[in-house]
Amino acid sequence: MEQLFYALLTVVIGVFGCVAYYFFSNLALDAVFPAKGEEAGRNINRANAIRPWLFLFPALALLGLYLLYPVYQSVVLSFHDARGENFVGLDNWIWLFNDEKFGESMLNNALWLIFVPAMSTFFGLIAAALTDRIKWGNFAKSLIFMPMAISFIGASVIWKFVYDYRGADQEQIGLLNALVVALGGDPAAWITVPFWNNFFLMIILVWIQTGFAMVILSAALRGIPEETIEAAILDGASPLQIFWKIKVPQIWGTIAVVWTTITILVLKVFDIVLAMTNGQWSSQVLANLMFDWMFRGADFGRASVVALVIMLLVTPIMVWNIRNARQEMR
Amino acid sequence: MDNIVGTKSSLTWAVNIAVVALVLLWTIPTFGLLVSSFRDRDQITTSGWWTSLSASEQNLQLRSAAPREAIEENGEWVVRGNLFGEGEGNLTAFGVNARRPTEFAPGATAERRDAFITVEANGDYRITSVEQPEGSRGTRIFATVVSPPKWTFENYDRVLFSEGIGRSFINTFTVTIPATIIPILIAAFAAYALSWMEFPGRALIIATIVGLLVVPLQMSLIPLLKLHNGVGLGKSYLGIWLAHTGFGLPLAIYLLRNYISGLPREIIESARVDGATDFEIFRRIVLPLSFPALASFAIFQFLWTWNDLLVATVFLGNNEDQLVMTGRLRELLGSRGGDWEILAASAFVSIAVPLVVFFAMQRYLVRGLLAGSVKGG
Repeated sequence: MEQLFYALLTVVIGVFGCVAYYFFSNLALDAVFPAKGEEAGRNINRANAIRPWLFLFPALALLGLYLLYPVYQSVVLSFHDARGENFVGLDNWIWLFNDEKFGESMLNNALWLIFVPAMSTFFGLIAAALTDRIKWGNFAKSLIFMPMAISFIGASVIWKFVYDYRGADQEQIGLLNALVVALGGDPAAWITVPFWNNFFLMIILVWIQTGFAMVILSAALRGIPEETIEAAILDGASPLQIFWKIKVPQIWGTIAVVWTTITILVLKVFDIVLAMTNGQWSSQVLANLMFDWMFRGADFGRASVVALVIMLLVTPIMVWNIRNARQEMR
Repeated sequence: MDNIVGTKSSLTWAVNIAVVALVLLWTIPTFGLLVSSFRDRDQITTSGWWTSLSASEQNLQLRSAAPREAIEENGEWVVRGNLFGEGEGNLTAFGVNARRPTEFAPGATAERRDAFITVEANGDYRITSVEQPEGSRGTRIFATVVSPPKWTFENYDRVLFSEGIGRSFINTFTVTIPATIIPILIAAFAAYALSWMEFPGRALIIATIVGLLVVPLQMSLIPLLKLHNGVGLGKSYLGIWLAHTGFGLPLAIYLLRNYISGLPREIIESARVDGATDFEIFRRIVLPLSFPALASFAIFQFLWTWNDLLVATVFLGNNEDQLVMTGRLRELLGSRGGDWEILAASAFVSIAVPLVVFFAMQRYLVRGLLAGSVKGG
């Protein structure tokens, strides 16, 4: 309880500190360059040139320290040994490309990058199209959207229970195995079956992300100009044709945004793999490999190399995002 | 619009059914764990949660009292007792052989090794033998019982007060409150400057922020860990508040800038003409008007910090007063992987708060998502 008090105190101090900073720095600026006297005009211009930087300074300082500086530092660390002390040249990179687990992670990540965005976007699109047509659509949307609020670890617990396995002579308490048995199959410990276990882990992320895709695509579908659909109806198009040939082509841009957003998330997610298999049974992925080397391996050089690989994979999307944002600003 | 054509009614059915299927598929996993968190430990491990909604039939393997406790009655040695201890339960069949566990109906008499065993429907048993029995191991009796759904709050009681989840709950709140509120203010000022003030380098800063949106956290962890240790922050709440603030800023600035730059130009221009300073414009006009965007970001940041495992593992310790809910859950998954009653209840304690926030503020969350990806992406 005591620490909650400190947390609240920090909020108060932090908020007042920020307000005080902005208020007094503005005051100081006005005192240094007063907007009166013989140099009033020049002073106003000078103050206006400086003021934006006063407003931006805390944000830029934090961004620089917590996001920009680490990128540089990671590059440096990737050429150093486990403790980050001695320069080792390309050793970490050479290790990386010969490491069996890295190869496995790259392959698995490739699977994740195809399956999760594709399935999430697909189910999201279907859910968006269907829920927009019925009366209780908003309620249905809430329920499909709900997993977004659940942590990856929480979701892992939920799904580990679904995948739970008991010996064939016992009654299955996991839903999946119970269904398999009911349909006459043999129960299995699904998350320990190499290759296929990847898909059982991916399903968890699809389950979480479909709601996100649905919400965004639903808004895009509603934004489609009605004339195009009316014209198609007059021309005798069937509902399916209208959906796939008229509506979907008009929201390609949004689909791309959803796809890339989920792609980035996929590269960063490690919690699910950590909680379900911790990379055993050939289910390792890059983010968890990095975590593994950072904590269990305590090798900052190798962990940094893996982090840089994730960064490199994200870079094309980053460039694409920046280009789009710039176009929009013009 | 879709109703214009006469194909409506045939489709509506199909659509409704498809949506019901989707919704069920998306909610059943969570529902299963929720149901399980209210179930008795023994019931969870012997039957699926879906059977718990109705009375369930269970096959139990029980033991009678020790044979040496037999008392002599009318020339026979008798062991009496109740299989269920207190005499609760509804027995539908019993057996004395593992291969035929349901051989006898309640009240019937089974014979095993010169002993006669009778079990009543309420679990009362009577074992008689001619000679005085010996030994401390009771006779094995297989019982099929029908038990009504049994619900309990015991699991929650246990995880909250003796498994450390209660403590982690407070720790998580300690992390999330400052980590949600502080970035908002910093980001709002920056967003205002990036929207309504002219200065060289503005476009470059905006582009950088769009770029930073997708930088994987993995890049930052090791350098920052070294940095925090270097300046003596170590593993402390101050460290994680700063880290969450830094990591949340790109999205905060981006969302708020999108919103604030869309405010009507006339309002801000006329305030300037009236002699208001930028600080006044920000405080009196921009801040109140951008409440929806502030709320959107606050929800994002709250959900993200509450659900985060990575940052907490790196910047906080593993001890009792620093372990957050997600970290505790992960630990429980490792140490008590099979104790579903503990896991289910713990998971729901940790899920409850974000779910409440989610359902209460969904409108703002959706708005934030739309502003964050459709407009900008």
